[in-house]
Amino acid sequence: MKPIARPVYLNLLRIHLPLTGWVSILHRVSGVLLFAALPFSVWALSVSLSGEAGFRQMADAAAHPLAKLVVVGLVWAFAHHLFGGLRHLALDVHRGTGLRTARQSSLVVILAAGLVTLAAAWRLFA
Amino acid sequence: MKSSTGAHTGTGTWLVQRATAVALAVALPGLTIHFLTALPVDFAGWQTLFVPLWVRVLLLLTMTALALHAWVGMRDIFMDYIQPVGLRLALYLAVIVTLAGCEIVMLMALWK
Repeated sequence: MKPIARPVYLNLLRIHLPLTGWVSILHRVSGVLLFAALPFSVWALSVSLSGEAGFRQMADAAAHPLAKLVVVGLVWAFAHHLFGGLRHLALDVHRGTGLRTARQSSLVVILAAGLVTLAAAWRLFA
Repeated sequence: MKSSTGAHTGTGTWLVQRATAVALAVALPGLTIHFLTALPVDFAGWQTLFVPLWVRVLLLLTMTALALHAWVGMRDIFMDYIQPVGLRLALYLAVIVTLAGCEIVMLMALWK
């Protein structure tokens, strides 16, 4: 059997990422999502504090199912970024750098972020 | 002391990212819990939440830490993936304008 040809470029569909790699790239993805959400969040806060009408407007918008879905997505982004970030800080001071512990902490980050997201979804939709 | 292997400005940037990360890891969950436990509220109640000076100062400091943190993160990403210098500079500028705008809007919303 011929071995699989080695990629000469980075084909995203053929790259197999280990768990640690997923936590790493999702840290970036979640960071970008949070950055993108920041101007809208600050604007929404500003409008909600501008007066009775602005507050009503933002409260109504936040009650929309689509807005709730966006919030759930951002809760995931925040939770993943926070837990993944704490993991990075631990790695910075040489804690958990062994392959086994690094894989385990990656799993913990993914699961913990998932749990927080589920809790938020439950709270907003149930 | 001047180093013979580069300016080492990256170390300072790295430290800013880490220091703001620690501050945000404490402040953001704390602020979230503080506000969530007060909900639901009407407009008067919502306004009251922002009256204490410490709340406003903490929010503005958090916004500042967030802006610095986001700047380093976005800059890292652009340095990794965006090769054309002109485009990268334009994106840097867009991020700076966005974050500075957030800071100003936040300041005006909290003190008016």
